[in-house]
Amino acid sequence: MESKKAIIIAGAVIGFLSALLVKMGNPANMGVCIACFLRDIAGALGMHRAGVVQYIRPEIIGIVLGAFVASVGFKEFKSSGGSSPFTRFFLGAVVMIGALIFLGCPLRMVLRLAGGDLNAIVGLAGFTVGIGVGIFFLNKGFSLKRNYKQSTVDGLAFPVLTMGLFVLLMAAPAFIFFSEKGPGALYAPIGISLAVGAVTGVLAQRTRLCMVGGIRDVIMFKDTYLVAGFIAILGAAFIGNLAFGNFTLGFEGQPIAHSDGVWNFLGMLLAGWASVLLGGCPLRQLILAGEGNSDSAVTVAGLIVGAAFAHNFGLAASPKGVPVNGKIAVMLLFVAIIVISVVSSELIQVSGAKKGVSQHA
Amino acid sequence: MHNIDARGMSCPQPVLMAKKAIVEKPQTLEVLVDNNTAKGNVERFLKNNGYPKIKCSETGETIILQASR
Repeated sequence: MESKKAIIIAGAVIGFLSALLVKMGNPANMGVCIACFLRDIAGALGMHRAGVVQYIRPEIIGIVLGAFVASVGFKEFKSSGGSSPFTRFFLGAVVMIGALIFLGCPLRMVLRLAGGDLNAIVGLAGFTVGIGVGIFFLNKGFSLKRNYKQSTVDGLAFPVLTMGLFVLLMAAPAFIFFSEKGPGALYAPIGISLAVGAVTGVLAQRTRLCMVGGIRDVIMFKDTYLVAGFIAILGAAFIGNLAFGNFTLGFEGQPIAHSDGVWNFLGMLLAGWASVLLGGCPLRQLILAGEGNSDSAVTVAGLIVGAAFAHNFGLAASPKGVPVNGKIAVMLLFVAIIVISVVSSELIQVSGAKKGVSQHA
Repeated sequence: MHNIDARGMSCPQPVLMAKKAIVEKPQTLEVLVDNNTAKGNVERFLKNNGYPKIKCSETGETIILQASR
């Protein structure tokens, strides 16, 4: 199913279903947002106490289980891991903090654009620059090194834990937090959210859909396969938003967004850069985690912990703008990601490394 | 014959390794990968870059792509 036609159809279906989810009750321009939804899950689990963004989003559960079932069905489920797990965990947190400065993962950036939010163009510009910087380091030999086969239990752990989340959603015990107001209190019926998530998970698993990969492959290899899916999501969500009356063109007053251009740009620059180093956007990490890749499962854990920090430390933006703490965090994380990019590439010879020894990287 | 072992590498490294290997335009090229995503990506890249003939075989968990100009 790796033809361009397939990924265009997949993107169109996902884009339209995202618009539909907003119609059915999800927050505006947030049919599916991996960063926002993992943040909501972190809140529901009490990892942060931002009362307006706490909900166990069934879309996430559907995506992971959809990818899991598809990968098992097509014999692509494979337990693997061991490729710089802690660096991936940290980069996952970096992606999340960048995304919460902009207010959306790369997928929601596309959906915001499809809803007429022009701030997303600024975000897209930053995202593209971030991908470009990441590519510079990839071309300089950046690598998180190879992964290895792991026990089946290791690969199954993430999908199984995701099923556990579903149990918590249905049982709604007292220790799980559900927002009573704000975006966390806006959601489509559980069955619909779960079904859209599952369809998204299956389609994204089969087509390898990835927002970061789309722009990366165009720049690196002049390959337009993945970006075709990206554009299809944009087009279909745009049509859906028009049809449902959810399209408003402009910068100001956009739903769950702010119009601080500099920080929209820098937030997505950080998210794009870290995502390229990770090899995929948050959606792709969820899919790979569903396929048994524990490096991606660790990355998702990093995204969730990053979201918890973002709210506990007052880093996350809101429609009012980006707090000072968030700006400081972005600057510090830029320093961190420069260090990671340089030391994990071949720009400097680490002392003790012998020249001439063939590297698998 | 150029040999590339891209097993265990995450996106986009298998393709990047293939890209580096074809700079010298070898007649034939062998790439080892271990998942269908990398296989598809490397195949597409080589076909678009002057290696239309690609033979694919599997031994255990390794997928061997043999490409020629």
